[in-house]
Amino acid sequence: MPAIVSANDVTKIYEGGFEALKGVSLDIEQGEILALLGPNGAGKTTLISVICGMVNATSGSISVGGHDIVDDFRGARSLIGLVPQELSLEPFEKVINSVRFSRGLFGKPRNDAYVERILRQLSLWDKKDARVKELSGGMKRRVLIAKALSHEPRVLFLDEPTAGVDVELRKDMWEIVRGLREDGVTIILTTHYIEEAEAIADRVGVINDGKILLVKDKAELMAQMGRKQLCIELQEPIAEIPAGLSAYELVLGTDGCSLEYAYDTRGERTGITALLRDLAAQGLVLKDVSTSQSSLEDIFVGLVGDAA
Amino acid sequence: MNLTAIKAIFVFEMTRFFRTLLQSFISPVLSTSLYFVVFGAAIGSRIDTVEGVSYGAFIVPGLIMLSVMTQSTANASFGIYFPKFIGTIYELLSAPVSFVEIMIGYVGAAASKALLVGLIILGTAFVFVDLEIAHPVAMIAFLVMTCFSFSLLGFIIGIWAKNFEQLQLIPLLVITPLVFLGGSFYSISMLPPLWQTITMFNPVVYLISGFRWAFFGEAEVSIGLSLFAIALFTAVCIAVIGWIFKTGYRLKT
Repeated sequence: MPAIVSANDVTKIYEGGFEALKGVSLDIEQGEILALLGPNGAGKTTLISVICGMVNATSGSISVGGHDIVDDFRGARSLIGLVPQELSLEPFEKVINSVRFSRGLFGKPRNDAYVERILRQLSLWDKKDARVKELSGGMKRRVLIAKALSHEPRVLFLDEPTAGVDVELRKDMWEIVRGLREDGVTIILTTHYIEEAEAIADRVGVINDGKILLVKDKAELMAQMGRKQLCIELQEPIAEIPAGLSAYELVLGTDGCSLEYAYDTRGERTGITALLRDLAAQGLVLKDVSTSQSSLEDIFVGLVGDAA
Repeated sequence: MNLTAIKAIFVFEMTRFFRTLLQSFISPVLSTSLYFVVFGAAIGSRIDTVEGVSYGAFIVPGLIMLSVMTQSTANASFGIYFPKFIGTIYELLSAPVSFVEIMIGYVGAAASKALLVGLIILGTAFVFVDLEIAHPVAMIAFLVMTCFSFSLLGFIIGIWAKNFEQLQLIPLLVITPLVFLGGSFYSISMLPPLWQTITMFNPVVYLISGFRWAFFGEAEVSIGLSLFAIALFTAVCIAVIGWIFKTGYRLKT
């Protein structure tokens, strides 16, 4: 898949001297859902703002669909839809006018049928004549999405789309995002909810302190980076871990009935076979064995912690 | 040129204008009527004529200018400041529009609103005083030029302002005094010589004088000088806006 958005060594130093982006390079593939994961202040919003044109990069270059975002800003921006983090909407305007305005701003001729389809998809059609200020927070978020989609973008940026949104609406939002991907729209969303990245992303980029720490296929990331825990339950409690097992760095549960062994799935040898053999050699009788895989959250905390 | 975008901004702004009809139309009409009652009828009845024109008629061009200048500045500054204030500026900045197109949309809408208000006040004036316009085409031309140049100024103020106080600051502290002292309600020749000289540094004098000439065929300063003043003012505003667009001043970080 060719890259639809390509960032090359982008830096951003704000006037106060704050370095928000420290040489970010990133290729976003056409048709994928990429989740940019990072804590608050990691540079997620700055990166999006630079790509979309709200913030000037200090150095580096970015192209969208082959159009440089500075030299050919019209070409680049007409491909992009942006749903900002804040609920920034003209409060006194009608929903439908607000959406039509966005379409016009992007130079697209009026198309009532298309606007109606978008509003219906987002369950906003009933509210089309309502003033924006009369809407709930979740509805306003939908209006922002409708505005971003009004000009038929090929790339959609969602900056923290589900921040402060209830579970129900979050699920709806994910459905919408998946539907858009089926239409061939490339989606980049920022989030600090791991659950979100895990639920809908194809690839996950982890950003912290203005640097992209990694960008990986989600499943691959979890498989490669994932540590697994082997939990061994014993028939009889033991007071301490036998000396012969010290090499495995086992953790004894408080009741003395369970042993936990952490291993890395990336490793050539997980050491499980040897461990089980040695357990038997020590005369320990096993009651049950289970494994659990670390979530993206654990991976994330590990990565961000390592970088810090 | 993204003409569709310019149209979208223009229509959006004009919708706001018509949505707030009371504030947009009725308030300037009401305040102008009050001026006519107070200055024209009450005080004017004690003043015979100014430069051969009845005082009631004499203040018409000044009143229109006063409203048009205030309205242009207020409309344009609010128009671009409000998106900054509520955050919707993100959409303008991320759309495939150039700053020139954004400016044409906002300034065009602000100037159009001011022009409408100016024409309504002119209509109201006919109710109160006998009025003949010597040079109607020149009158409209002056009106349009004033609307545009002060809308440009308003646009600059709107971009510069960081809060509502700053948004009001220049109109309140600079524009209103300049307009009042620029001969809206009196002839410059009525002033003592020293003040006549000082007044000549007030750019608004040239605009009002030119506009008054279009009505009555008499001007306090030459019409060429008036045209030069308005052209210079517009050029300065355009230069400042050009610089803002080049640097992204207070728009982009």
